[in-house]
Amino acid sequence: MKNFSLLSVRAGTLFFSPAAALVGAFVIVPFFWVIFVSFTNRTLLGKTALNPEFVGFDNYVALFNMETFFTRGQFGFSLILTIQFVLLSALIGQALLGMILAWLLQSTPKYVKLFSESAVIVAWILPEVVIGFAWFAFLDYDNGTLNMLTTALGLEPGDWLLDNPFWVIVFFNTWRGAAFSMMLFNSAFASLPPSYFQAADVAGATSFQKFKDIALPLIKGHVVTDLILITMWTFNVFTPFLLTQGGPSYRTELLSIYTYRVAFKDFEFGKGAAVGVVIMLINLAFALFYLRIAKQKHKGAE
Amino acid sequence: MSKLRSYALGLAAATALAGPAMATDVTITCRCVEGGVNSAAAVWLKTSVIPGFETMMKATGKDVKVIFKEFAGKDEQLTQQLALDFSTGAGADVSSFDGFLIPNFVDAGLLKPLEEVAGAEVNQWEGWSHISDGSKELMSYGGKAYGIALGTDSRMIFVRKDIFAQAGIDADTWQPTSWKDVLDAARTIKKAMPKSAPLQLNAGVSMGEATTMQGYWMAILGTGEGMLDENGKWIVSSQGILDTLNLYKTIYVDEKLGDKRAQLLGDGRNRTFANFRDGKTAMLVEGDWFYRSVTKPGAEFEVKDRDVNMTWKKMPAQEPGKGFRGQDFVTMSGGTGFVINPNSKAPKESWALLSYMNSKEQLDAFQAINPRVRIRDDVWIPNSDFLTETSQTLLPLTTARPNNAYYNKVSVAVQRMTEAVVSGEQTPEQAMAQYKSDVTAIVGEENTVSK
Repeated sequence: MKNFSLLSVRAGTLFFSPAAALVGAFVIVPFFWVIFVSFTNRTLLGKTALNPEFVGFDNYVALFNMETFFTRGQFGFSLILTIQFVLLSALIGQALLGMILAWLLQSTPKYVKLFSESAVIVAWILPEVVIGFAWFAFLDYDNGTLNMLTTALGLEPGDWLLDNPFWVIVFFNTWRGAAFSMMLFNSAFASLPPSYFQAADVAGATSFQKFKDIALPLIKGHVVTDLILITMWTFNVFTPFLLTQGGPSYRTELLSIYTYRVAFKDFEFGKGAAVGVVIMLINLAFALFYLRIAKQKHKGAE
Repeated sequence: MSKLRSYALGLAAATALAGPAMATDVTITCRCVEGGVNSAAAVWLKTSVIPGFETMMKATGKDVKVIFKEFAGKDEQLTQQLALDFSTGAGADVSSFDGFLIPNFVDAGLLKPLEEVAGAEVNQWEGWSHISDGSKELMSYGGKAYGIALGTDSRMIFVRKDIFAQAGIDADTWQPTSWKDVLDAARTIKKAMPKSAPLQLNAGVSMGEATTMQGYWMAILGTGEGMLDENGKWIVSSQGILDTLNLYKTIYVDEKLGDKRAQLLGDGRNRTFANFRDGKTAMLVEGDWFYRSVTKPGAEFEVKDRDVNMTWKKMPAQEPGKGFRGQDFVTMSGGTGFVINPNSKAPKESWALLSYMNSKEQLDAFQAINPRVRIRDDVWIPNSDFLTETSQTLLPLTTARPNNAYYNKVSVAVQRMTEAVVSGEQTPEQAMAQYKSDVTAIVGEENTVSK
């Protein structure tokens, strides 16, 4: 069967080539370059900057060296920390909070809905640097808003960024990203036929029963999409750096921050590239999983 | 139509010609901001160096325009910026630079000797004959000069006399001769003022080189050791390191004599300055920059009535005579200055600017704004007790960092080691074991030694 085509092959190639050249120069070439660099001991400073040597899999072996793997400030520690961060702040925090907000907003008066939606979305659309600074000011030990509140209530002021840095970034990321899940679930709920709920009302179902037995099964596809997307985003997020710089003592050094430190603060390009390749593989697994789910959904729809 | 076009072309050509067609731009940057960090240097460059230089160049028939970029970040951020700039052919033509980084940059091809960048005229500069070999070394590597230092410095304990008086110690007669003397004074003050953090010795990663220079070195030298032994091998495990880490532990963990938060948080160094200004800290180990610039009248961390309330003391060795080279007291010196970007498009003009900055006339002008010990022997030395005393008593005792390409990385390992102890995460023994494996990975086992 001959495919229908909008343009001739030549014209199509012509229109495609600028984009292909850009993608080639800025995505494909760096992609292979990073893989190549990860097999060398190239640095920015010192002798190995001018004369990098080919070291084979040394960088990868060093990353997965089990003697230091779990030490703070090493790859394994950051990997486990990132997984915890994703579980707590994305899956439990953002998705659950977004779901609860979206469900509650279904049955609230219009102005409450509008106000809550705006407030949550503002947290999502503000520039990262502004957000980082605002949270820093909020959590400051000496003059922070949070400690003013706690001391006004007669409690001891907390040294949040120093004593509980991990929980700070978990809360921060939940607060920051809940809007996306909320909006996605909101529109999913809105697409459900009201008659289902009216029938349930007649039968005397509670709100939780309606949620569990009607709404949730019907938006299952949306939930899976949401979970995969926010997992990928949270896995790669860098914004917590603005709050803690990965510290104190590497306690909030997520993989993205770890990569930044190795490559652009310690200037170890070879090792940094190896970390980048590993992260890329993890992301690739996520993406393939996502594409497969999306395909299945598509088939189901047909 | 064609007439109109020719008018337009003519106009464009006239505009182009009217502009300074022959002007050369020279960019200079330093970690200095008027009204902020190193304000005096910014003021000096703006009011004295740049106008004077542009006038001088004009007199020789060259139209040179100097563009000044004030960098407000931390030292480590400037290093990061310069490394990335120099490696990509970007960056200012003339830049402030900390001398200890030179070996690392040179090995990576990111800096070139001055004579290679700007030509043989570098060696004919009149200033060299007024700069001692030791001072040239501050910005040299392998016998070649890569820049010119603005001056050298030294480190000591700065003391708040008023806080000492409140705790019943007379700071004028107090001169500690051992670590115990320092700790005892801190304990007395802590007893009198339980909320204070009387003694601050820098530690931790976020302060960067300030941790190594003002903290670790000042302590390790007091144990009689350096970072390298006499054969040039890195000491990775020793009683001296352990004693130093135990000193940190005593200060920050066991007796809480210092403000641990200031060592762990991102903006820590400014917190130590603020603590000293506010009288929360009575003893702070810092460089003379702290006196010359940080606490001077009008600065952000100005100490009120400084001449009455603030003094300085030599840093004692662990015990008398136990210090480096058998000394009773120890101090460290480094040098910061300016280098020329090896990718500069105007190397001759950049050298002209660098040498002009370091002319007697310009350094004399700088002395009027912010006096310090200069490396040129013909520059006027201001009549200041602080400068006279520190240069006479401390410079003979001083030690410089190893001029070694690994130093920068080992220094970071030192910062991590101190942070692990100060935060209470590791015991001194564990931290030293970690340091040993870190340094071994950096320099190779054959270049390390355990004592």
